[in-house]
This record gives sequence, C-alpha cells and structure tokens, in this order.
Amino acid sequence: MKTLLDKNQLNITLQRLAHQLVENHLDLANTAIIGIQPRGIWLSDRIAAMVKQITGEKQINYGKLDITFHRDDVHKHDIHVPAPTSINFSIEGKDVVLVDDVLHTGRTIRAAMDALLDYGRPKNVELMVLIDRRFSRELPIQPDYVGRTVDTIITQKIKVYWAEKDAKEEVVLIDQQKQDNKA
Amino acid sequence: MTLSVKHLLGIKELQKEDIELIFQTADSFKDVLNRPIKKVPALRDTTVANIFFENSTRTRISFELAEKRLSADVVNFSASGSSVSKGETLIDTVHNILAMKVDMVVMRHSASGAPWFLSNHTDASIINAGDGINEHPTQALLDAYSIRERLEDVKGKRVVLVGDIMHSRVALSNIFCLNKLGAEVMVAGPPTLIPKHIQELGVKVEYNVKKALQWCEVANVLRIQLERQHKPLFSTLREYALYYGVNRQMLDSLEKEIVIMHPGPINRGVELNSDVADSKQSIILDQVENGVAIRMAVIYLLSGKREVE
Repeated sequence: MKTLLDKNQLNITLQRLAHQLVENHLDLANTAIIGIQPRGIWLSDRIAAMVKQITGEKQINYGKLDITFHRDDVHKHDIHVPAPTSINFSIEGKDVVLVDDVLHTGRTIRAAMDALLDYGRPKNVELMVLIDRRFSRELPIQPDYVGRTVDTIITQKIKVYWAEKDAKEEVVLIDQQKQDNKA
Repeated sequence: MTLSVKHLLGIKELQKEDIELIFQTADSFKDVLNRPIKKVPALRDTTVANIFFENSTRTRISFELAEKRLSADVVNFSASGSSVSKGETLIDTVHNILAMKVDMVVMRHSASGAPWFLSNHTDASIINAGDGINEHPTQALLDAYSIRERLEDVKGKRVVLVGDIMHSRVALSNIFCLNKLGAEVMVAGPPTLIPKHIQELGVKVEYNVKKALQWCEVANVLRIQLERQHKPLFSTLREYALYYGVNRQMLDSLEKEIVIMHPGPINRGVELNSDVADSKQSIILDQVENGVAIRMAVIYLLSGKREVE
C-alpha cells in the first residue's frame, strides 16, 4: 500500500480543482456541478462547498446523479443497488461539470453521460476527477480537471478515504496481488 | 447486495432483507417514472415473456410497462387464442417459448403452485403474477410499499384484510409480507370466507367488519371472487354488502381516519362503495402507480441472477 495523497496534499489539490473550475466558468449561473453516485459525491460535496466559498455565491446548481441503470455490466457483477438522483434544476443548455473520484476504464463516465442526457440537453459537459489512472482507458474519454495522474496496472486498486464516511482522509494505491498472497 | 432467490414465486420464500432491497430499488425507479424520459437502458439485453393463463388488466399492463421502461424486449401470450386450447401442456408451452431465447417468464395461472412446478423445469427466472388461490407476490409488495409511502413505515402498523380471504391470493401474500415487515395483521369477513386455522399464520380474526376497522390503521378491502366460489358461501351480494361492505357511513362513525386500499378490480357497491373508493382516504390509484416501480425493481434485481456466457 502506498499513499498517493495525504490529508494536507488532498486539501491543496481540492482547492486547486475548485479554483480551476471557477477560473473556467467565472459566472456560475449557467454552470451545474453534478457528482456521480455513489463515490463521486464525496468529492463533489467538497468542490461545491469550496466553489461557494471562493465566489461568495450562496446558491449554485449542484446535483447528484445515479448511473446504476445505465451501466453496461448489469449482468457481469452482483447487481448494483441504486442510490438516489437529486437534480433539482433543469440542465437544459447548462455547462455541466461531472465529478467522480477515480477515472479508470471510462465506462462509468460513459454511463453517466447517458444518464445525464435523460434529464435534458446540456450545452457542454466537462469531467473532473481526483485521480486519473492513465493508460487504462477502454473508451475515448479524457478528464478536463485532474487532481493527480497515476500510472497503474489492472491488479492495482485506488482507494479514496473521506473524513465524512471513513474517519480518515487520504488516497492510497493498493497492490491487490500482494494482499492476496498475505491472506 | 442481491436477492436471496432466483425466482419470485411467493413472499413465503423471501427474507425481510429481500423485501427491503426491493423497496429501496423501487424508490429509484419511482424517480425514473417521474422524469421526462421514463425509461432506462438497464435490461436492453433481456427478453421477458408474459404468460397469462388467466384474465388480467392491471397486473399485465403493469408488468408490460415495467419491462418496457427497463428497455427489455417483451412477448405477450394469453391462453385464449393459443395452442393451449389445442391441448398443449403447460411445460410444453413454456419450453417452446423458452426455445426462442427468453430470459425471464412472468406467469399467471389458475392452478396453485404452477410457478413452482415451472421453476423446477426451466433455467429462466420465473415471476409469479398470481397462481390460483395461493400467492400474488408483486401485489403484496406494492401494497406494503404503498403503506410505507403513506405512513412512512410498515413496522408496527395495524392492517386488516377485509372480505374473501379464502379465495384470495392477495390475502395470503399480504399476510406473509406484512408479517415479515413487522406489521400486525387481522383478517375480517364472514366466517364462510375465512379459512379455518388461519390464526396459525400469526393473524387475528374478526367477524365484525366495523370492529376490525376500528382496530386498524389500514384496511385492504379484497374482491369477492365469485368465479372461484363453487358453492354458495353467503346468501346474496346485497346481503354481503349490507353486513361486510365498507361504506362512507361506517368510516365516518370511526373515531379516526384510516387508509383504504383495494387490489382491484373493485366490485363497486359490494365490498367497497364508490363514496369510499373515490375519497381521499383511498390510495387505490397510488397502489397502481407503485405497481410499475415495484415490478421494475423485481425484474431488475432478478435479472442480476442470470448467468451470462
């Protein structure tokens, strides 16, 4: 197990991502931040709060999107239990920023784009991720805002821990084969 | 998380956790049904056959809508106008349909136990849409789900099933389902329509409908199933309506406002009067609406049980 980002580094990276988002969007009236359930929402909660702080806006368009029914691996794994979608505004003509914690094969993002379009036709869609697992893409999808780029192989796993749910805050790289040997 | 069963044959086989998982999934599908695009692509690789050996309006349309909103391919079959009238057996009919690569079968049959029989002889997932006087699991699930929606929880609630308990598959499934969820259940109606020893299932019995309504928070009024009654069990429908029918006057004389349910189709003026069925106490149409979400959840969760080569 290797720590990629500790608590302090993670906070600095989140600040940068939030600033980059504000820099690119300036007027947030037409922007919507949408976190992908279940794991992306912890990142998007932070980003949305920081964006509010930076701009001084009290109200920004922030929603959460569940993609369970749009996945392309419904029968490949145990069935996924859906989490709630809450998008309480129209995304028609908006600049949408999709937010997820780890970008790996790109299939989740593909499903998210499909699910998003069921709610309307955004003007454009950008992607923000905390960790980009480069060179492991199975679909032509690239992020617009990246916290940290890492080179990984398929047997490795990235875990992101958040204070709100895990009582600790860090990003770690886990070598699954080694763990299996130990067990 | 996943269901503990491969088929939905009856509520009897389900665990409490299964029911809760179905409810949780149905919540998400209810969201989907309130969106401009009421459809998700989850089951676009799945084919479902609806095989109805008995008449149905609500259940059949509800299942078909649920399947279509999950993007599954649907084939419909009804016994009238098919080779069943030429003498084909149930198992042959189903094997022939499955040979056309169907993944899931939704079946209604007049013989109790028919879905169990079928599940022993096929690989497809079977969903029981009502078998004889035995079970009607999706109806019980949507009933409990509607109670949960109206009263926030099912646990600890007092529910009375009124009417033809003897011939009602809805009653049996409801008893199993409500018991598993921790509700208190009572059955009420004329002694001839309440099976002996039904107390063994953990329900109270009351022959006075008014007393039963006074006790409960929810009354699920069941249909008098004349088509299944092969000998006279009460003198006339008029007399039944007088003594066991639920009407406005009776509800107004209670000290509280109870929730009225009915699985449909209603015999208006017999077990339920129009001034009750169409009042704001009634959640009959909510039950129908929730039926689609519940059936989507069941089909979706069972489809995960399928092996994909």
